[in-house]
Amino acid sequence: MSTATAHSDHHHKETFVSKYLFSHDHKMISKQFLITGMIMAVIGMIMSSLFRLQLGWPGESFWILNALLGDKWAPDGILDPNMYLALVTIHGTIMVFFLLTGGLSGTFANLLIPLQIGARDMASGFMNMLSYWFFLASSVIMVVSLFVETGPASGGWTVYPPLSALPEAMPGSGLGMTLWLVSMSLFIVSSLLGGLNYVVTVINLRTKGMTMTRLPLSIWALFITAVLGVLSFPVLFAAALLLIFDRSFGTSFYLSDIHIAGELMEQSGGSPILYEHLFWFLGHPEVYIVLLPALGITSEVIATNARKPIFGYRAMIGSILAIAFLSFIVWGHHMFITGMNPFLGAVFTFTTLLIAIPSAVKAFNYITTLWKGNIRFTPAMLFSIGMVSTFISGGVTGIILADSALDINLHDTYFVVAHFHIVMGLSAVLAMFAGVYHWFPKMYGRLMNRKMGYAHFWLTFITAYGVFFPQHFLGLAGVPRRYYENSQFPMFDELVGLNEMVSVFAIVGAMAQFIFIFNFFYSMFRGPKASQNPWGSNTLEWTTPVEHIHGNWPGPLPTVHRWAYDYSKPGKEQDFVPQTVPLEEGELDGGAGH
Amino acid sequence: MVVFFTVVSVVLAVLAIAQLIRVFEVTSRLKGGVSPLPSDSENKYQGSMMFLFMFAYFGFFAWLLAKYGDKVLPTSGSVHGDTLDTILAFNFWIIGIVFVITHIFLFYFAYKYTFNKDRKALYYTHSNKLEILWTSVPAVFLAVIVIYGLSAWIDITSDAPEGSMVVELYPKQFDWTARYSGSDTELGASNYNMIATNNPLGVITKTSIEQMSADLEAEIAELEEDLQTIPQGGLKYEETKERIAKRGRQLDRVRSFEGLDIASLESGNDDILKKNEFYLPKNKSVNFVFRSRDVIHSAYMPHFRAQMNCVPGMTTQFHFVPQYTTEEMREITGNDEFEYTLLCNKICGAAHYNMKMTIKVVEQEEFDAWLSEQETFAQSIAPEDEGGEGMASESGSNGLEISMIEQ
Repeated sequence: MSTATAHSDHHHKETFVSKYLFSHDHKMISKQFLITGMIMAVIGMIMSSLFRLQLGWPGESFWILNALLGDKWAPDGILDPNMYLALVTIHGTIMVFFLLTGGLSGTFANLLIPLQIGARDMASGFMNMLSYWFFLASSVIMVVSLFVETGPASGGWTVYPPLSALPEAMPGSGLGMTLWLVSMSLFIVSSLLGGLNYVVTVINLRTKGMTMTRLPLSIWALFITAVLGVLSFPVLFAAALLLIFDRSFGTSFYLSDIHIAGELMEQSGGSPILYEHLFWFLGHPEVYIVLLPALGITSEVIATNARKPIFGYRAMIGSILAIAFLSFIVWGHHMFITGMNPFLGAVFTFTTLLIAIPSAVKAFNYITTLWKGNIRFTPAMLFSIGMVSTFISGGVTGIILADSALDINLHDTYFVVAHFHIVMGLSAVLAMFAGVYHWFPKMYGRLMNRKMGYAHFWLTFITAYGVFFPQHFLGLAGVPRRYYENSQFPMFDELVGLNEMVSVFAIVGAMAQFIFIFNFFYSMFRGPKASQNPWGSNTLEWTTPVEHIHGNWPGPLPTVHRWAYDYSKPGKEQDFVPQTVPLEEGELDGGAGH
Repeated sequence: MVVFFTVVSVVLAVLAIAQLIRVFEVTSRLKGGVSPLPSDSENKYQGSMMFLFMFAYFGFFAWLLAKYGDKVLPTSGSVHGDTLDTILAFNFWIIGIVFVITHIFLFYFAYKYTFNKDRKALYYTHSNKLEILWTSVPAVFLAVIVIYGLSAWIDITSDAPEGSMVVELYPKQFDWTARYSGSDTELGASNYNMIATNNPLGVITKTSIEQMSADLEAEIAELEEDLQTIPQGGLKYEETKERIAKRGRQLDRVRSFEGLDIASLESGNDDILKKNEFYLPKNKSVNFVFRSRDVIHSAYMPHFRAQMNCVPGMTTQFHFVPQYTTEEMREITGNDEFEYTLLCNKICGAAHYNMKMTIKVVEQEEFDAWLSEQETFAQSIAPEDEGGEGMASESGSNGLEISMIEQ
């Protein structure tokens, strides 16, 4: 396939606006999501460095805090407690939603779904464009909320009412909270527009021969992720809507029996627990909305670079489906100590621990894929192996937190912070890096610098564990999360050194990300030109020309003859066999499960 | 100025790195192009780094255990806490073994099977036997964990045993109040409509109803007087009218409490309210009940392995038996200043990190003696106490008590 024929598809002239801004092309929209997500991630990361300064050295003055936050929020360079809570809240919101939901799914679902299933574009290019623009609008509003006088939302990323419902409760529950709700509502619209599109595209637009059991695992993961999003985000939307009503129109869905700031509130009969149920009905599937694409990317990168079929392809699909199903019936494990019926707590303990089984299957399959492989350590591969490590390290502590009896004492402590940052945050971020390094040649037609990639990986991987591993010990000592400082409690005095160490790792790790950002933008313009299939991959995206064209393939759509994992197949000359190569006489398709 | 120089130096540093990389790339292009794939030496180096990292990771874990392993929570101060600690240790052993084994495989394979162009990877697509193995083995271990954990959970969350002492913990931004039932075993009825400066928990007794009604009537009268002086139709006029109506509705609700039965109205009189510190008797089951005045708080007593959310509009419960006095715990921990502590563990506002109470566990006799010295609710709201003695002075205003932080 030569790029010379590409011209036939350029039937209309592109202006700057239609090409870069209001693009309907999934490849451009994918880049838009990625870069917006990266900008949001940098904001969220800087926030974490700022509050780590306070946590590591409470009460000490830092000029940077004053320089960035001003006299109101960091007088004399000491962080204000309200601003501390605001930073924690917006850091969580940005990282969970804007980076790891919008940024991760938005980038890779858009890039990979049409390219890997052999489609010309998404089912609806227009809806796809709208999805990005809603995402951008919600990002802008979230950033704008940082600049309102009373500060942004500060009630934690879960924004439980009554704290988030009453401006009397904290300054951040004023205009900042309104903007948070508006931003999240737009975000949900974006997520639904995108998700529906992904689902429809995977179901309807697969090319000839691309049966569901020949789909790469990345597509399976992104597909199921989209299904989860479409089913659970509307529930968060309902929760947000009712909260808006409670805040602005005097309803009492979540409010009852409140006497605050010396004044009686007349709302009666509502329950904050209702909000928690609605929130976590999204909130738990959300964990897998973040994690499944990460696992999908890891599957692709590991198989390609180990030059070996992913082990247990069908078991991998089965475990994605099992995780997706179970993720809808475990949300109560976030609420063991809300006074929920203990019997219900027991049921949620059971379902939550069930989810450990498909997760374990995935981890074991990754490890077996490496066994007797022929491993090339591209930066993407390093990040993927790192991801398997964090998935295991963070996953095993989930077994402890899922145990309702043990959760009594660990709930809302740093043990939880350590657990979810490692299993969800780190795994997803590492996989996202893997994805960027791996598909950068597909996105920009150039290669990223490998040496910088190595430096970036090791600094990130080491500092990430340096930040989150010690937090298990803080949690076991009973340190609550979201505390501005611990010095009010002598029982935590001996842990000061631990907190300092965590802060140092956090700040070094944050700085290391600038290596990546530099590498990314430098390589975009100056990186060496990539060949069509630089990694020797089997999947369809590497059969498209390096220069992007509308419709992806210059000629007819490719036909698929085999699964995506024929690496190092005996009897083949090369160590990979692209999906477009027909089966030889008597050759069996590896994915057929015989 | 400092900001300016920092920005300038960062920009210069970035430019310098950019130039270096360009030089590097130009020279490597001269040497015959840039391969997308790592060279043999790079593969070898990264594979070894993976293996090294495994040792560093385990080493870090071991170092943390050695240095901070004994700084985690000391021996449980409650009976059920011992059970939880045992379960926790059991679970830690299981996940610890899984963690170590899987990491050894992961990093060792990465090191062992580093790329070699003369070798081909093993084409091994699946094995149903292996999949069944690693579905069923975790399932068995998880079943044990579930059964073990839930047996404790059911015990801990069952109803408090007969004869338990009742203590209410009532949070607001940003402090706690503990309430004992006094000489009877029942807490007096309470309602948020009854909250006043001298009645921070809204306890309902005959006297408190009378006082509250009188206060509200006085306020309504004052507001109605104000209303005469405000020009009609303005915003202020409407607001004042609305305020009068609101106070009127509150008054109706307060008066409706007079209809409660005599026993309920009596029971609050001997209740005892404590701030900053409260006592518990050793070896006696205590049933805590929780409400909240404003937002969700969480009563976290880590030394007792106890925690329960305090939710406005509903009542929650948690019971346990303290098994060591504060003095005994000081001996066990070797820390002369050891105190049982109650923390707030649900984000609740600016001073969330400073919402605490000290819990003293003492022998029963000492507890009885202490309790009998405390002022009862009836005494604290008695009219002769007009100078603001008792609860009124302790409780402070309802607003943000951030000044407390500075202590």
